[in-house]
Amino acid sequence: MKKTGARIYTFLIFLFLYAPILVLIVFSFNGSETASRTVWGGFSLRWYQKLFEDRLILEALRNTLFIAAVSAAASTVLGTMAAIGINSLKRLPRRIMMNITNFPMVNPEIVTGVSLMLLFVSAVRLFGGRSLGMGSLVAAHITFCLPYVILSVLPKLRQLDPNLYEAAQDLGCPPVKAFFKVVLPEIMPGIVTGMIMAFTLSIDDFVISYFTSGTTQTLPIYIYSMTRKRISPEINALSTVLFAVIMVLLIVINVRSFQDRGGRQKAEHPEIVQK
Amino acid sequence: MKNTIISLKDITVSYDGEQVLGGFNLDIHDGEFVTLLGPSGCGKTTALRTIAGFIKPDKGDVFFYEKNITNLPPHKREVNTIFQKYALFPHLNVYENIAFGMRLKNRSEKEIKRTVHDMLAKVNLTGYAHRGIGQLSGGQQQRVAIARALANAPKVLLLDEPLGALDLKLRKDMQVELKKLQQETGITFVFVTHDQEEALSMSDTVVVMDGGVIQQIGTPTDIYNEPENAFVADFIGESNILDGVMLEDYSVKFAGHVFRCLDSGFGKNTPVDVVIRPEDIKVVEPNSTLITGDVTSVTFKGVHYEIIVDVGGFKWMIQSTECREAGDRIGLSLTPNDIHVMHKSQYSGRFGDYSTFSDEMGEDIIASDEAALAEAAPAGDAAGRKNASPDASSEDGGQNG
Amino acid sequence: MKSNSKLLSAPYTVWMTIFIILPMLLVGYFAFTDKSGSFTLENMLSVGQYSNVFLRSIWLGAVATAISLALGYPLAYIIAKMNAGRQNVMIMLVMLPMWMNFLLRTYAWMTLLEDNGLINSVLAAVGLPRIHMINTAGAVVLGMVYNYIPYMILPLYSVLTKIDQSVIEAAQDLGANSRAVFLKVVVPLSMPGIISGITMVFVPAVSTFIISKMLGGGGNLLIGDLIDMQFLGSAYNPNLGSAVSLVLMVIILICMGIMNQFDDGEEAGGGMLI
Repeated sequence: MKKTGARIYTFLIFLFLYAPILVLIVFSFNGSETASRTVWGGFSLRWYQKLFEDRLILEALRNTLFIAAVSAAASTVLGTMAAIGINSLKRLPRRIMMNITNFPMVNPEIVTGVSLMLLFVSAVRLFGGRSLGMGSLVAAHITFCLPYVILSVLPKLRQLDPNLYEAAQDLGCPPVKAFFKVVLPEIMPGIVTGMIMAFTLSIDDFVISYFTSGTTQTLPIYIYSMTRKRISPEINALSTVLFAVIMVLLIVINVRSFQDRGGRQKAEHPEIVQK
Repeated sequence: MKNTIISLKDITVSYDGEQVLGGFNLDIHDGEFVTLLGPSGCGKTTALRTIAGFIKPDKGDVFFYEKNITNLPPHKREVNTIFQKYALFPHLNVYENIAFGMRLKNRSEKEIKRTVHDMLAKVNLTGYAHRGIGQLSGGQQQRVAIARALANAPKVLLLDEPLGALDLKLRKDMQVELKKLQQETGITFVFVTHDQEEALSMSDTVVVMDGGVIQQIGTPTDIYNEPENAFVADFIGESNILDGVMLEDYSVKFAGHVFRCLDSGFGKNTPVDVVIRPEDIKVVEPNSTLITGDVTSVTFKGVHYEIIVDVGGFKWMIQSTECREAGDRIGLSLTPNDIHVMHKSQYSGRFGDYSTFSDEMGEDIIASDEAALAEAAPAGDAAGRKNASPDASSEDGGQNG
Repeated sequence: MKSNSKLLSAPYTVWMTIFIILPMLLVGYFAFTDKSGSFTLENMLSVGQYSNVFLRSIWLGAVATAISLALGYPLAYIIAKMNAGRQNVMIMLVMLPMWMNFLLRTYAWMTLLEDNGLINSVLAAVGLPRIHMINTAGAVVLGMVYNYIPYMILPLYSVLTKIDQSVIEAAQDLGANSRAVFLKVVVPLSMPGIISGITMVFVPAVSTFIISKMLGGGGNLLIGDLIDMQFLGSAYNPNLGSAVSLVLMVIILICMGIMNQFDDGEEAGGGMLI
């Protein structure tokens, strides 16, 4: 009885979460000539065709991916270095650094966006140079990605047995080499998680980009302008494509981690592994 | 004496203004099994890490075969460490862990393979080469850590409480194995532990430490039988530590009586600590000895009974194979051999239980002390002459022959 | 080695000084100056004119947060009780919509809520009267709940799974019925999750500007829209916009300070959930 209740409840919540997405996906295949969002006019792929012919969308997609790649790479390197530095700080300076790190995460996005806009506009006014665009977007994205990288690397550093680094030196490894041979592989999962997070956050970001982009279009900004101006099922097609890509990615990641676990379990039985 | 392989000279180490090692001097000889023994926070691990090179002392020097290596970084030192939690590299398998040091020295694959397999055989892990670290039990990880260190052919192996994480049975087995390994390889072992039994059963030399200072260096039997102060006596094994006065050479007064002993060189009427091991005390009839008391509790311990006896207000611990009932009045008999006299130290009177006077009994003792002193005066005189024994020792000493 | 690794955070410190601290100082500077750059309190004072916008934002944000908690807690609890394999699938399902751009998700609700949208079409088809839903405060709250409920469920879930089963058994052993176990053990122990869930929903909800624009029409202006208008909108006035931003920040900081009072001061994993 209790279980059925729980099941029904879970189902209803997931219905709430997924119904709009399903509607979006279904109507992306709508063949209706009037481009209606609610009247079904038969199955068609025309919106997909239109989507891939849309220069502006493809341009925005390219910008988005470029910004995401650059800011993910930069914030991963900077953030990993910072995490190592913060981890070796004494208590008080570490707390100060952590508060600065946490600040952009608790600060409303819109305020972060507005403040960065003020910074870039003032900088342009003071030093000249081009107005807002790719450069300001990348800088802004690095800024809001950094805390996520740091917060995913730091726990790995804390879990790390400090003796590992010493053991490597003890066995004859010079310090810098010991870091790359022993410490880096151990904190790698945190770095990778941080980088993936930075990448996806950057792709997904609208609010901060909105205030720092100038005239440069990223995909979220383009979607926003679409919802403002003309409402076309192209958006539905775009959503479906993005959703499918994310689904596939998530499934791949999960299958991989599942195989990982399976492999480990197998190795627990010596007879399989021993030669 | 063999060559000195490692020498710590006047080492001082402080963390955040707190001194962990102060004026620490220690010579370690080639092929020796040395144990640094002491309670947590005594500086034993700091001393070990100073040898390994992870700590640079504020003052003092570390010598390796007379070469000053104080400023040599850890990776250039010919010593290897077994860490407390082993510090095996989780991203490498057993084989790669053991090969780690050799790869850094650019040994040939063939040599690496041979050494890894030799090492695995030595620690009884043949066939485990390709396992992941996560799939090993604690004992197996311990063995891999040993193999990894030995594969580097160190001159000195430093072991930081390596058996601390193992359960009792495994611990005992590993003690035997480690000792055997040390004898086979002839490598100098510097072993850190807080377990006195482990220290006594494995080492050639035991270094007892407390508060960053060496309390005593000696063979296990020396340390046990001839503790230098109340700390060592208390830390190693069970003991009754009593306040006493060394009246003159070979004559000590405690518990209100004068006893003959084997110690000398303390000077006349010097206050001392007297150690009596519980297993040395013989239980006799109350009227046949000087010290008598009431049994307050008896605990069966397997090989013996632990009997707590109230003697004039303070409690002695006795280990005896004879069973007594609580409430029995018994006599305690001592031979000169059972009595060990130590200089007073900062540790005197610190160890409660069965070792020293409690405050409330203090006055009692002083009163009876004075009485005993009056009585003992002629006896003390007599003790000065050869062959004439004070009553206490004539009686008890006589039993030993 | 230690002193070397400390230096590694130097580039980050420089970066954060330029891109976090300096911009915040600029917001403060703009808030207290006029267009010519001289000091004025006018901006801060004129924020008062918009108190109805602030109140509306806080009210709608609070309602959305409460609904998210009420809906999210049971789900987090149900998921936490499942076996490990199903838990992972369920949590993935909770997170999946978040991976879709929130503009698209909000747009989807537009198509559902419109006067001639899908829900009304269905209602009409079965002969029920149409309901006006789009461009109401209710639609804004719905949009907030829909977008931010995963931020409520995830911290709750991670706290609930960490509750030691033996603690619950101990409570039962001491005579607590399932109601008492829930109220006296489970809820207090999940407090850190509740706190971080509330902050993670309330902060973006109160400062949103897209949801209100898309679902609320013109009549439901929120703080976010107000700021947007001053910087990129019709009423261009960065000084006023900065003043509004400053007030918004202060409100958020006060709310977080109040919430932290309920917490044990631990690092309750604010942003560590994704």
